Order: sequence, then structure tokens, then C-alpha cells
Amino acid sequence: MEKFEVFTGVAVPLRRSNVDTDQIIPAVYLKRITKTGFEDALFSAWRNDPEFVLNQEPYKNGQVLVAGPDFGTGSSREHAVWALRDYGFKAVFASKFADIFRGNSGKQGLVTGVITDEDTEKLWAAIEANPGSSITVNLVEQTASIGDLVVHFDIDEYTKWRLLEGLDDIGLTLRDEQAITDFEAKRGAWMPKTLPARN
Amino acid sequence: MTTKPLTLAEKVWNDHLVAKGSNGTPDLLYIDLHLVHEVTSPQAFDGLRLAGRPVRRPDLTIATEDHNTPTWDIDKPIADPTSRTQIEALRNNAKEFGIRIHSLGDAEQGIVHVVGPQLGLTMPGITVVCGDSHTSTHGAFGALAMGIGTSEVEHVLATQTLPLKQFKTMAINVEGTLRPGVTAKDIILAVIAKIGTGGGQGYVLEYRGSAIRSLSMEARMTICNMSIEAGARAGMVAPDEITFNYLKGRPHAPVGADWDAAVEYWKTLPTDDGATFDAEVFLDANTLDPFVTWGTNPGQGVSLLDSVPNPADISDPNEKAAAERALEYMDLKPGTKMKDIRVDTVFLGSCTNSRIEDLRAAAAVIEGKKKADGLRFMVVPGSARVRLQAEAEGLDKIFKDFGAEWRFAGCSMCLGMNPDQLAPGERAASTSNRNFEGRQGKGARTHLVSPLVAAATAIRGTLSSPADLIAESNQEVN
Ligand code: SF4
Repeated sequence: MEKFEVFTGVAVPLRRSNVDTDQIIPAVYLKRITKTGFEDALFSAWRNDPEFVLNQEPYKNGQVLVAGPDFGTGSSREHAVWALRDYGFKAVFASKFADIFRGNSGKQGLVTGVITDEDTEKLWAAIEANPGSSITVNLVEQTASIGDLVVHFDIDEYTKWRLLEGLDDIGLTLRDEQAITDFEAKRGAWMPKTLPARN
Repeated sequence: MTTKPLTLAEKVWNDHLVAKGSNGTPDLLYIDLHLVHEVTSPQAFDGLRLAGRPVRRPDLTIATEDHNTPTWDIDKPIADPTSRTQIEALRNNAKEFGIRIHSLGDAEQGIVHVVGPQLGLTMPGITVVCGDSHTSTHGAFGALAMGIGTSEVEHVLATQTLPLKQFKTMAINVEGTLRPGVTAKDIILAVIAKIGTGGGQGYVLEYRGSAIRSLSMEARMTICNMSIEAGARAGMVAPDEITFNYLKGRPHAPVGADWDAAVEYWKTLPTDDGATFDAEVFLDANTLDPFVTWGTNPGQGVSLLDSVPNPADISDPNEKAAAERALEYMDLKPGTKMKDIRVDTVFLGSCTNSRIEDLRAAAAVIEGKKKADGLRFMVVPGSARVRLQAEAEGLDKIFKDFGAEWRFAGCSMCLGMNPDQLAPGERAASTSNRNFEGRQGKGARTHLVSPLVAAATAIRGTLSSPADLIAESNQEVN
């Protein structure tokens, strides 16, 4: 997982609330065997609609999503986060997120910042006043800014620390790598080994 | 200084602590053996690729193909595209990450939980994981073995460790001597009927007592296999001479001084006198009958001599409702004698009962007998090695003469991911471990049974035990 400190990218206003995981990615895509390549699946039901925000030129390469409340409700599928990540999103802002979705996001390096409903409106207005404009997400300061507009977002300390350090679950365990190596040095010689194969 | 008496599970846990958790964070446990199959691994490997991480210990990892593999025409390309893609992905991942794989057609291919023990990789006192809930099977050796999810598979591939919260312990005491015709499968079905499908949740089960001690390794595996059906992630049996004798001489078993050191350590593993369990359950082996299920979860079972229960007699409202639903799905009436239930198909296979002893036991029952008219009998050895051994012993001929289908190794009808499925409404006696709605095919009806009951049922066409065959032949003589 890459470290996240300050990021600037194209902001996308998603004027919808209650975007559930089936809308983020429908179940038909769950049969796949990869953990990547889900960009086409993102919001797949809406992507046929020319009016949909991601189909509009200035937003096509969006990287920061500003959505209505209750984003990511529904199933626990990690695919929802993979789809956002594969499309290119680095951060999502909303006034409320589903817990599991937030947890999954933190593990995959996607920032989920909680902002007030008021600030959501302000960000939407600023983006739409100038479609395609950039937003700067500063995780250290916990701010999102477009031009002069600066809004504060909330994120829990532990997730913030992991994102700043670029640590997923595995990365976190690998901080104990010395302990793992030390443990391995003490393992009994009789312990099973699959290689070389002996049939 | 005296040390606190410990259980088997606690000893294995303590000996694998890489880092002790604090303030609610989990312990970090070392994993000695990681078994991999095609269904739950592709995203884990892709995650590694994405993060640019290698597999930390390919030498502690082994892969085989089982869930999707066909059991007929194994030399032809796999027809179903999803199955084919998963198997091809596993082969490519194994190659890319340097992992040993036993593919379809290979003598060591087979159900992952049959392959590990057979190669001598599963040993007492080790930790075993696999992205499959029936990993509990390996606990029969006194290993701490549990199923994990795909994210955890990736975690183990990358770090060879797993963050885990410590379990509670439950002793399952089975004392006495099994009567003829009663087997390990009947013990575990009776245990699950007793404690319920959620009774073991949060526990590691330890199967103890004289009845367990007298069981073969393969029978112990049958019992540990179904620990998950009681809700427990792991089940264990303390290692003893039976364990050591089973292991000795297997391809990956230690040799020479390593063997001696291993046995010395393994002998320290059994639960100490005076150690306490968080919960205890008792079962009398002396009075146990063959056990079969009537419902749609493995806890809905009765003695074969009993009848289909009446939901009206069940006091717990949830269980009562579940029983009503189950009877409707199973198309059974309360009070019907279990022995009067006619089946269409008998399936002998799955990681619960597809090892050589299971095949021998079933073959001994059917030898020289005639299969019930119109009944389909599918025999699917747990691994290619088991199949070869059975053929060397002439068991395949017994099955074929009887009219059974002698198949190639894999999970097969246990979960019907390959073409081996029941038709809607079809009723089966199955030696597998799950009788869930639709598990063996959409609308399919499953009765879980032992290999002996499976064989006797294939002869009589109704749920039966070998004792019924003897009763029948006595009648003919009279
Ligand atoms: S035989 Fe059945 S229970 Fe065992 S691993 Fe295969 S599908 Fe799972």
C-alpha cells in the first residue's frame, strides 16, 4: 500500500445518497478471479446513462469522490473498494459511511473522510462552478481544499496512521518481520516442508 | 516452580506465538503448513502481485485442484468456463510464485484435506491453515488446523503468520466401545445433534476418551473434519502411537534423528492432568447407533432406528421453525421411520469419508451383493493416490461389479461445483458433511450417513445399516 499524505486530483460530485455496494459494483462481477481490473464494473448500472457524472468529460478521470450521506451500505464485498481504487479514486468524502465499507477502504489505501452535510454542499457547489477542477486532500491536516475553500474532514486515528505509513494488514504484520525471522530460526528440523517434493 | 497444566490446544498455540497481542490486539501466530486450492486463492495471489510481494515460504505451501475438477473424462478440457478459469489461474499462480502443485492427472492430486495427511505433511503440534472450512480435518493429528478467508490466505502467503484471538477450549469426552456397524461418522453426527450447529462457536474442540483413543487416524480425521459443522473452527485429537504409526514412513514424515526429536516433542502435547476446559460434553459410545440426518443442517440427525421427529415436539421456537422448514424441503413427514426413507443416489466421497478405510469398509458390505434397482451409486476417492491404492486392492472391481460408478478424485458431489450434482427433488444418502439446502444440487435432498450406512443403503434402496442385511439374510434362511 502506498503512503498517503497529500494528494491532488480531479474532484467528482456524486449527488446521491445511500449509494450501496450493489450500486458501486453489482454481484455479477464477484465471480472474477482477480483483485484488480474492476474499473469497468464501478457504478456499472449508471455508466450506460450519458447523464451520469462519470460520463461527463471533465469528470472522466475523477480521483476524489464527494458523495451524499450513507455511502457504501449493503454487503461486505471488498470488491466495492477495489472498483473505486481501480477506477482511480484515492479518496471519498461523505457525511456518513457504512462501517464495513470504511474498514475495507482503510485496508486498501482509499481515504474515506467524513465531512458535514454543509461542507458537502459547499464542495459540490465549488466543483460544479468549475467542472474538472482539482481538489487537494491533505491527510496530515485532515483538510480538503478547492481554491480558497478549505473543509475539515474526520478520520479515525488508527486508520489515518495506517494510511500515512502506507500499511495494510500485511504491511502491519511485516513490521514484526524480525520477530517472524527469529521465530523461524527456532523451528524444529522435523517440521514439515513441502519442497523439495517427495512423493 | 510448577507450571500451570495446559490443554493440547493451548500448548500448540503457545508454541507458535510470534508476538503476543496486548490491549485487545490479536496474537500473531506462526503457520507451519498452508494448503491451497483453486477456489479461494486467486484473489489472494492477485493481491500479492498488486503489492509486489513474494510468497514468504513456498516451502511451507502446497496446492492441489479439487473443488472444480471433473471426476469423469479428466483428460478432456474442463467444460465449465468458470471452473476452467479458476484451475488455470491456480496453475499460473503456482508457477509464478514457485509453489508446488498437484494438478489433475497427477498421483498426488485430490481433496486438499486428503492430500496433506497422505503425504505426511500434516503432523502433530503444527499449525495448518487453508482457505476451506474443513481444514479442521488435520486436527486429528494433534495439529491446530483451521479454515481461513481469502484475505487471510493472502496474509499467510505474504507473512507465514496470522493475527488471531485465542479460542476457548471444549472437551468432547466419548467413552466406551462402539458396537459393530457404528463408526466415527456416527460419533460426530451424534455430537453435533447434541451440541447444535452453533455449539462449538468460539471453541477449539478436543475429542477425548477411550472411544476416540481406539479409533484409527482416518476415523479421527472424519470426526475432526466435521468440527466446523458444530460451529468450531478447529477440532483436535491428542497424538499417540496410532498417530506415530500412521505417519512413519510417509513421504514427508521426518526421518532418523529428526523423527526421534519429533516423537519426543509430540509426546509432550497431550492435555496435562488437571488442565481445565472452558466447557465439557459427554457421549456414551456403548449405546450409540448408526446416525443419520433428516433435516437440512448437520445437527438435525437421529439414530437410524428412530423416526423423523415431529416439529410440534420441539420447544425452542427457532428450532421448531427450522425443523418445519427442513421437513418441507426434505419432503418428509413426522413419524416416518428413517429406515423407510427411499433414496435415489448414494454418494461415497468427500473429505469426510473418501479415504482408503472408508472405501474398504463400504466394499466389504457390498461385495457379492446386488445394488437396489434404479439406484445410482457414485464412488469418488478422496485422492488419486487413494484411487490407485483401491485399484491395487481390487476394490474398484467390487464397486464396478456392484454397479457403482468408479470416479476420479475430487470434491465432486459434496458441493456440486463440477457436473456431479443431484437433480431437483432427488434424494441422496451421502457420506459428505453438509446437508444444506441446494448443497448437492438445486432442490436436492441430502441425508448424511457413514460409509457403512451408505453401502447398506445402496443394497436395500432405503436408509439401512449392515445389521439390516444380516437380519434380512437370516429371514431368508428361516
Ligand atoms: S470435499 Fe466437500 S467439504 Fe471437503 S473440501 Fe471438498 S467441497 Fe469442501
